[in-house]
Amino acid sequence: MSAKTTKKVRLKIDGTEIAVPEGTTIMAAAEQLGVWIPRLCYHPDLSLAGSCRVCIVEVAGMDHFLAACSMPVWEGMEVRTNSPEIRQARRDIVELLLDNHPQDCQICERDGNCELQNLAYSLGVRERLFAGERKQPAIDDSSVSVVRNPEKCVLCGRCVRVCAEIQGVHNLSQHGRGFRTVVAPAHFAKMDESVCIQCGQCIIVCPTAAFLEKSSTDLVWQALSDRSKHVVVQTAPSIRAAIGEGFGMPPGTPATGKMITALRLLGFDAVFDTDFGADLTIVEEAHEFLLRLDGHGPLPMITSCSPGWINFLEKFDPALIPHASTCKSPMSMLSTLAKTYYAQQKGLDPKDIYMVAVMPCVAKKFEARRPEHRMPDGTPYTDAVLTTRELIWMIKSYGINLALLPDGQFDAPLGLASGAGDIFGTTGGVMEATLRAATRLATGKGVERIDFTEVRGVEGLRETYVALGEKSIHVAIANGLTNAKTLLDKIVKGEEKYHIVEVMACPGGCIGGGGQPYPPPGVKVLDPDLLRQRAKALYAIDASKTLRKSYENPAIEELYVSFLGMPGSPLAHELLHTSYRPRLPRGIR
Amino acid sequence: MNTEPSVQSMDNWPEVEATARQVLGQKICQHIEQARQLKRPESHLIAILHKVQAEFGYLAPAHLDAVAQLLQVPVATVSGVASFYHYFRLHPRGKFMINICLGTACYVKGADRVAQKLMDELGIQLGETTKDGLFSLEGCRCLGMCGLAPVLTVDGDVRAEVTPDRVASLLEEYVRKGKA
Repeated sequence: MSAKTTKKVRLKIDGTEIAVPEGTTIMAAAEQLGVWIPRLCYHPDLSLAGSCRVCIVEVAGMDHFLAACSMPVWEGMEVRTNSPEIRQARRDIVELLLDNHPQDCQICERDGNCELQNLAYSLGVRERLFAGERKQPAIDDSSVSVVRNPEKCVLCGRCVRVCAEIQGVHNLSQHGRGFRTVVAPAHFAKMDESVCIQCGQCIIVCPTAAFLEKSSTDLVWQALSDRSKHVVVQTAPSIRAAIGEGFGMPPGTPATGKMITALRLLGFDAVFDTDFGADLTIVEEAHEFLLRLDGHGPLPMITSCSPGWINFLEKFDPALIPHASTCKSPMSMLSTLAKTYYAQQKGLDPKDIYMVAVMPCVAKKFEARRPEHRMPDGTPYTDAVLTTRELIWMIKSYGINLALLPDGQFDAPLGLASGAGDIFGTTGGVMEATLRAATRLATGKGVERIDFTEVRGVEGLRETYVALGEKSIHVAIANGLTNAKTLLDKIVKGEEKYHIVEVMACPGGCIGGGGQPYPPPGVKVLDPDLLRQRAKALYAIDASKTLRKSYENPAIEELYVSFLGMPGSPLAHELLHTSYRPRLPRGIR
Repeated sequence: MNTEPSVQSMDNWPEVEATARQVLGQKICQHIEQARQLKRPESHLIAILHKVQAEFGYLAPAHLDAVAQLLQVPVATVSGVASFYHYFRLHPRGKFMINICLGTACYVKGADRVAQKLMDELGIQLGETTKDGLFSLEGCRCLGMCGLAPVLTVDGDVRAEVTPDRVASLLEEYVRKGKA
């Protein structure tokens, strides 16, 4: 609503008078009175669909019920949100949805955390009076990361809208009509053959289990029970900021130590920190950036840690591939070192090491399977990727209450990390970590900055200038790919000349990743406050460390001295850098 | 932007565009180019799909991909639209098009049973084409010949007062025609 609309409209909701600005919807007005109107297809950050009709209300003088999410209030309106007729109609609507839904809650991934289930319960659906034909489209598990199960779909369209509006990918659309409507990629094609970039935001916004990550828990259980395997796990920076939510801890509670203890209880032989990989990424990336600044390679340099973004780059914007940093992601750097450097140190055959990565991300499952991230014999450096949700489930299924555990410590050498690694998990973090390193590299010794608060925040699009020695560096940060598109367009059109750009596919960066826990009850998906809480946890961890700059990490120094040589050395290039290529089908920008 | 030669070479747009142009042919490409000059190119999507179908008889995934690329409308949107409207055919049509009227008059005179018999004999559903490419079967609402109900057309030829037991011989007639 524009700031100019100051005209107030008075209305009554359930007998209480309220005055709200003209243009306010019935739903928003009711919320100001503390009245929660049930809803399903509505999401505050997405466009209005008004299709599920769960939010209907009674308005005096109208001969039909109105959808509260999309109907603006008018002067003198009298709304009833809970008349017997409304309650019955809402119940009928949800019953009809359930009639066309599998009756398998007990064995469903979303059991206990399903919006449809909660809605049915809260509306008092206690019997199923309708029994009609049920659609049973096939499950599509062609993708290594996202499973589409249209049988569970209630056609709310939230996935279609998040994919188009937040991510700019437009992979999904409602196909066909009426009873046969199916949400699918173009031509009902398999997810694997679509323009899907595997960010997993469809999973996060889905009220049911119509989209899920492809589970890797069975693989990991199997490896853990195999005595011939040395099973190693690494956890991404953003896991520690979100995992506690799965155990009733308030959002934003750092849970690093408890998470490590839980992983040991599950039986992992070594617990490493992806932050170490992040520190290493930073050293290599800062080195690469300074080279590019010196004229070796195109500017701006764009970060490459986010695999959803890399998929987007290859499918939607291949012309910009030369701008992407060639550094592998922290996950892949750490996995590579686990099967080379660490294996050598430990005297282990790399084939006996099983590398599990816990990621906030489903696209990491795809990254781990890329041919670029394999050992010469074809085995992937990362054997299995678990999402935060999958790990929470594994811990719970082991009967462990993470909230009660004592703090553990990461293992050496790949577990020692600086605070710069921790903040990788939030938008702006990679930028800040790079700047911490680059100022040092560019200026040599002297005054060093640690906090680059100007690049912090969870807003989707930020840019600023940062002094780097005598140069002024134009930096830009985007999270959510629609925001990234805006930024990339400026680069392509030459409207702005940036030196370094950070792109994270998911809103808020990894803390809002497609593999993160579903929000706690009462908190909406993609809630910026939830993201801020998680980000706060990471900045708190960073601030609490004495080691805050990647290049000061002694484990990293030792790695270069005893194994890699120099940043950007031939061995570093062989093991820690990668390449990208255009990928089909090409997406529409 | 630093324009090193490698910056250009990574872009696969020239190939993608060339493929799309080849799939659709010059005439349709011109229509799309005209649409792109207008204010909201995407609002011409349906008109363009009509032209593609008129040209090729149906809308194959390759056609939809090409329209999406040249019009710069997401292909999921294009295929969503194409699959929504009955008029658009997503599969090639058979040599003979059978259109059975399922309007009120034909229906009460038993058109549903005729339609069922056709589906059984041909082994396809309404809207589908037989594997041998000979017949496509469509249902429609009222051909305006209620006096002849139940009525169907084969390639526009009207067949009046069709009963389920006449379906087999009617099809046989066209199988022979198809072979001739």
